[in-house]
Amino acid sequence: MRFTIPGAAVALALAALTAGCGTPGGSSADTAKNTDQEARQTVAKTDVAKAGKVTLTVWDQEVRGGQNAQMKRLNAAFQQKYPNVTIKRVAKSFTDLNTTLKLAVSSANAPDVVEANQGRPIMGQLVKAGLLRPVDPYARAYGWQNRYSSVLLDLNKFSSDGKTFGAGNLYGLSQMGEIVGVFYNKDKVKQFPQTMADFVAQSKQAKAQGDVPIQFGNLDKFGGIHEYETVLSRIADKQTVRDFVFARQGASFDNPDFVKAATQLQDWAKAGYFTPNFNGVGYDPAWQQFAKGKGRFLIAGTWVTADLAKQMGERVGFALMPGPSASDQPVALGGESLPFTITSKSKHPDVAAAYIDFITNPDAAKVLAETNNLPAMPVDPSAVPSTGLSADVFAQWKRLNADDGLIPYLDYTTPTFYDDISGGVQRLMAAKDTPAQFAKSMQSVYDKWNSSR
Amino acid sequence: MELVSLTLRRGHPGERPPGEPRSIGYLYLAPALIVFAGFVLVPLLHAAWLSLFEWDGLTPGTWVGLHNYGDVVSDPALRRAFGHALILIVFYALLPVAIGLVLAGLVARIHVPGLPVFRTILFLPQVVAMVVVAVMWRMIYDPDQGALNSILRSVGLGGLAKSWLGDFGWALPAVGLIGTWVWYGLAMVLLTAGAQKIPQSLFDAARVDGAGPVREFFAVTLPALRGEIAVALTLTTIAALRNFDLVYITTQGGPGDATSVPAFQVYDRAFKSGQVGSAAAIGVCLVAIIFALSLLINRTGEPRWAR
Repeated sequence: MRFTIPGAAVALALAALTAGCGTPGGSSADTAKNTDQEARQTVAKTDVAKAGKVTLTVWDQEVRGGQNAQMKRLNAAFQQKYPNVTIKRVAKSFTDLNTTLKLAVSSANAPDVVEANQGRPIMGQLVKAGLLRPVDPYARAYGWQNRYSSVLLDLNKFSSDGKTFGAGNLYGLSQMGEIVGVFYNKDKVKQFPQTMADFVAQSKQAKAQGDVPIQFGNLDKFGGIHEYETVLSRIADKQTVRDFVFARQGASFDNPDFVKAATQLQDWAKAGYFTPNFNGVGYDPAWQQFAKGKGRFLIAGTWVTADLAKQMGERVGFALMPGPSASDQPVALGGESLPFTITSKSKHPDVAAAYIDFITNPDAAKVLAETNNLPAMPVDPSAVPSTGLSADVFAQWKRLNADDGLIPYLDYTTPTFYDDISGGVQRLMAAKDTPAQFAKSMQSVYDKWNSSR
Repeated sequence: MELVSLTLRRGHPGERPPGEPRSIGYLYLAPALIVFAGFVLVPLLHAAWLSLFEWDGLTPGTWVGLHNYGDVVSDPALRRAFGHALILIVFYALLPVAIGLVLAGLVARIHVPGLPVFRTILFLPQVVAMVVVAVMWRMIYDPDQGALNSILRSVGLGGLAKSWLGDFGWALPAVGLIGTWVWYGLAMVLLTAGAQKIPQSLFDAARVDGAGPVREFFAVTLPALRGEIAVALTLTTIAALRNFDLVYITTQGGPGDATSVPAFQVYDRAFKSGQVGSAAAIGVCLVAIIFALSLLINRTGEPRWAR
C-alpha cells in the first residue's frame, strides 16, 4: 500500500463527513415548538407536594456574598417545604454562565431553570432558537404582573421569533434590582448637588483642590457604558433610550441628544473630572480608591453597595445623577438581575414555575433584604433598612419604580453591541473620536445589524 | 511521496529498512494517527466546515461560502487584529530570542559560577500560569498604584510614567513586553544548552585566528545554534499568534480595539456574540498563518545538509 497525496485528501474528506457535516444547528429547527401557543395556554398553580420525586437542575450566577446567601436560604426553604423536590444547583460566575449557557441549554441534558441574561446577546438568541419556555401562563396563574413595575417585566420579554425585544412573551423573573447612580463621600460633599450644573461645579471645585472629582476605571471596558448612560439619562428623553435599546421603529443612536451626552462626557474627561488615566485603571481599583477616601463621587452600580458600606460606614451616600433642574423626575440607568427562566427541554416546567414563584414572592423579598440585596419587587416595610447606605439605595429604587425612571443598558441592543459601545466609549473619552464620530460609528453598527435581522 | 523518492534517489545507504514490507509501518502509526485524527484533524475540519456558514450557534445556519474569509480580509477591525498579532511576534519571539542569544553568547565565553541557579530564576516566568502573570502585570502597569510608574517616579523619570494599558499607542507594546518577560526564559535555556554543546576547539580555533568576542559570536556561536534558534522561534511565534489569555485579562482588547488579537476575536465571536462561522474562519486563518510561519522558520533554520 502506497500512501499518496490524493489518497490522503480522500481520507480527510471522509473524516470531515464523519465529523458531522450538514447545516450546523439544523436539528434544532425540527424541535423548535410554537412557543406562542404555549404562551396562550392556561395553567393552574401546581401543588408541588403532589408532583412526585423531582430533581430540578438550576444554573445561577449568584456567587457573591449576599447573593449566594439568599440563594442558599431560599433553596433550603423550598426543599424543606417540598421534601419531594431536590434542587441541583450549579453556580457559576457571570462570565462563565454567559459563555457556557447556550451550549448547556441546547444540549439534550438541559438544566430546568437557568438565569439567562436580558437582551439580544443571550436571551434573544435562546428565544429565537425556541430553547426557552414562555412563562405567561404561570404569570397569570401566580399573578406575577403585579409583582413588578412594567419596565422590569418588559426587560424579560421577547417575541417568540426573538426579533422584538421588550414586548411579547414573558420569559422569566428577576430577583434583584440594580441602579447605576452616584455614590458620594459625605466628608467632602456636604450637600449633594441638586442640578447637573451644580454637580459640574462641585467637580470643578474638587479638581481645583487637587482631589479626584469622579473615581473611574475603564480598563475592563464595561464601566464606560455606565458613565455615558448616566449622563445620557439626564440629557435624552428616557423613552428615546428605551426605544433604541428595544430597537423600535425609528430609533437611532446618531441623534442630537445622544451626541450632546457624548459631548458632555468628553468635556468632563477633558476637564480632568475623572481619575487620571482612567482607561488604564481597573474597575475594582477605582472604587477601592473611592472607599479609601480618595475622590468625591463614584458613578457605579448598586453591586458595590455592600463593599462600600463595609469600608466607609456612614461616610458614604447614594443618590441619582441630578437633572438640569432640581424639580426633574428621577431617571437613572438600571435594571434587574438576570432572570430565572424555564428551558423548553425541562420535564418539570410546572415545578420550575413554582420554584421561580417561590424565590421571587414577598417572603423571598424579605430574605433578599435581610441578606443585603436590593429586591426588585416591593418589599415589606419592616424589612427595609432604615439607616446607612442601603437605606439610600432602597429609597432611590422605590422612587425610580414609582416614577418609571429606569433606562436599560445599551449593551442589550444587538448581539455585538457590548464590544461596540464599550470600545467606542473608550475612544470617545480618550478624545480619539469626536462625539459626532462616536455617534456615527455606533449608528452604523446598529444599522448593519438592523438590516440583517 | 516526494520525500521518499528524493531520499531514494540520493541513495543514502541504510535508508530503507531491510526485510519487512514498508506498509507494515502504517500499522504502527495507527494508534497515534487515530488519536490525532479524533482530537485534532476532525475538529479542525469541522471548524473549516462551520466557517462556511453564518451561524449563531443555536438556530440553523445559512450557507455563505467564503464570505467569512472575505470578512477577514475586508473588515478593517479584523485586519487590525491580525496586524496586532504580527506586531506581537516581535515582542514574543524576536526579542526573547535576541535576549536569549546574548545570554547564551556570554555563557559560552565566560564561566559563570552558580549558572544553574541563575538559569532557574530566569526561567521562572515560564513556570507561572499565564493568568497569574496577567493579573500580576495588570497591577504592575496600574498608572497610579503600579510598581512600574512608582519606580520611574522614584528615580526621577516621572515623565516616562504613563497609563501603560490605557494608552492607545502603548497598550499593545505593554502587552507585548509581558510576553517578552514570559518567553525569554525559555529562549535562554534552549540557547544556553545549545551553546554548551559547542566544542571548545571551535572557540580555541577562532581565538587563535584572532577573533574578538563579537566575531567569535557571529562566526562560532550563532551558526552552531541554528537548530535551537529555529525551535525557540517556532515555539514563541506560535505563542504570539495564539495569544489570548494575556489580552483577555489585561485589556479585553482595549482601549478601543488597540490590543484586539485574532484569538480574542475567536473567543468573543464564538462564545459571546453568536458569530460562530466567523469565529471558525478566523481560527482557520490563524492555523494557516501559524503553519506557514512554522514551516518557513524550520526551512530556514535547518542546517544546509538536511534540507
